[in-house]
Amino acid sequence: MLAIVILFIPLVAGAVSAAVTWRRWVGWTCTGALACVLIGGVVLATQVVRRPAITAWDGVLRVDALSAFMVIVIGAIGLLATWQSVRYLDAEITSGHSSRRHATLYVVLVQGFISAMLLAVLAGNVGVMWVAVEATTIITTFLVGHRQTRGALEASWKYIIICSVGIALAFLGTVLVYLAALHAGPGTHATLDWTSLMSVSHHLNPGVMRLAMALLVLGYGTKVGLAPMHSWLPDAHSQAPAPVSALMSGVLLTVAFYALLRFKAVADGALGVAFPRALFVTAGLLSLVIAASLLLSQRDYKRMLAYHSVEHMGLIALGAAAGTPLAIAAVLLHILGHGLAKGVLFLASGEILLVEGTTDIDQIKALLARRPALGGIFAFGLVALLGLPPFSLFVSELNMARAEVQVGLGWVVAISLVCMAVIFGAVMSHGRHMLFGARADAEPVHRTPSIVSVPLVGALVGCAALGVLAWPLDSLLRAAALVVAR
Amino acid sequence: MSSSAYASALELAAGLVILCAVVTLWRRSLSAIVKALAVQGMALGAVALVLGLRQHDDVLITVGCLVIVAKGAAIPTLLGRVLANDRRSRETAPLVNVPASLVGAGALTFLAYGATRPVVALVSTTAGRLIPLGFATLLIGFFSMVVRRKAASQIVGLLLVDNGIALVAFLATAGVPLLVELGASLDVLLVVVVLRVLAVQLWSKFSVLDLDQLRELHD
Repeated sequence: MLAIVILFIPLVAGAVSAAVTWRRWVGWTCTGALACVLIGGVVLATQVVRRPAITAWDGVLRVDALSAFMVIVIGAIGLLATWQSVRYLDAEITSGHSSRRHATLYVVLVQGFISAMLLAVLAGNVGVMWVAVEATTIITTFLVGHRQTRGALEASWKYIIICSVGIALAFLGTVLVYLAALHAGPGTHATLDWTSLMSVSHHLNPGVMRLAMALLVLGYGTKVGLAPMHSWLPDAHSQAPAPVSALMSGVLLTVAFYALLRFKAVADGALGVAFPRALFVTAGLLSLVIAASLLLSQRDYKRMLAYHSVEHMGLIALGAAAGTPLAIAAVLLHILGHGLAKGVLFLASGEILLVEGTTDIDQIKALLARRPALGGIFAFGLVALLGLPPFSLFVSELNMARAEVQVGLGWVVAISLVCMAVIFGAVMSHGRHMLFGARADAEPVHRTPSIVSVPLVGALVGCAALGVLAWPLDSLLRAAALVVAR
Repeated sequence: MSSSAYASALELAAGLVILCAVVTLWRRSLSAIVKALAVQGMALGAVALVLGLRQHDDVLITVGCLVIVAKGAAIPTLLGRVLANDRRSRETAPLVNVPASLVGAGALTFLAYGATRPVVALVSTTAGRLIPLGFATLLIGFFSMVVRRKAASQIVGLLLVDNGIALVAFLATAGVPLLVELGASLDVLLVVVVLRVLAVQLWSKFSVLDLDQLRELHD
């Protein structure tokens, strides 16, 4: 019941904003809606953390600890992004870049985008999950192109072409899994329900499942931003409006990864862990190497953040490859921590673009001296994202590495550490260039409006708290990990 | 429908799907390619119809009719409109020339037969034997997206990929559950609509319809 309510909150908010043209209060209503989603996710989590999954609508919706956790992730980063959308749209309208109608379109699409992601994680049926992930592609294409510049339209074009191919491959993978379920043996009734797939997973034809899993990793991997199908990601994330980049990078990538986790559990049953592990290790290492080599030469801070997402998706793919309960719990914590930190950084970079008028790293200097609050947020965001304590990414990266060593993937940890060291150096040098330096005497110290600083500082504090205290999420993470780990 | 008539009808329709894919590689004029796609959409619908009639499955017959309308008529019409903006509607400079592309298509068909052996082994029916043709269509679509640069050619490649996957879905499972099937068919229609909107914006604001001109974003 609560799951249905959560699904409808953003839809209702979207309908309200469609009915009236853009006003500030419409934006605040949408922010309120996302706060309700977040609270709903927490309540949902308390309901399923120690009890069996809840189903609704004849099993179309199914909530277990893993889905509830993903609802919390969507709610938290959605709250941040819709909060900042008010600021973004205000600035767009004041500067004359967009009309009120164009702003309305933006708000409605964002709410639709969030509903589609919620459907993807609440669906009990892998077919419905596929439809929802596909819907996110179509909706976000317009959001990526919202600024209507040549670069934005080019990015939208690449985004929809590459992601449509990817998602089509994921569909083929889903069809093959269904085919394997049809032939799972007499007396089994084939459906695309995840629970029934899990119950017959040991009888699925291994040859077909191997092909299916390879297609799924390639297909959903496109949406996750895993190499070799990652090339849309830096373009789309750098051209989209900042709140949309925050949502896409912070949650959309990991919602697609959630789909992979569900299928990996089925494939583990059919094939044993070795084959899915090899697929995830390949995709993860390739992503890390590509991210490391391309981050070095970045001149654009939004593209830098985008390649940083490729790195983190590679890391969680390696964590999932290990596949033990410890590894999956760390992967999930990393999903939340990365979402918060990357959300903060994209939103801060949107503010930097707004006040400085450029995305070029070379043209931005002495942020800490000139804009202490904004520079500070950006600096702490980078520290969080690079995996330094006290932020939660430190804990999750450490635990993923531990789990990988435990299952004999020590060589993978070694390679990924080298890549992370390169990335660390590259990001530090870019960050140092933007942040440090002396302010020109004539220039005053700029204040950052509280509409920007309050939510972003809040998210950073949250990310640090998750790294220090295990308490609020511990049992949920453990329960969620046991849903897909063996 | 008798067994032999069923088998020949199915083979004919599935054969037509891959033949149309090869035609899109062979012809350079985009209007001819769009016609080939329309025929392919209808052949795909015919596959679903034949399977539906054989199994007396009303849902599958309905889906077959929808596929004929969507992929045989609606999508090619929309694609034709995208091209109306483009005065030079010929693929002038594919990265690979036509004879080499056709050899490539042959090689990809072999690859498709190799990759789908476990699937064919599992589904030992007339329909099952034809599954590699769907994979071959998919691979040809991929190939054409990589070697051709025109915006319209890329949409054609995407549609080939999608039709190939739909062919596999029909032949392997006689259609996945209806909801998903509809989602998938509706989806490609929406994608083409979105691509048309983008193409119109790129054309009207920046006079761009050749992907070679889209070079702003790179590392």
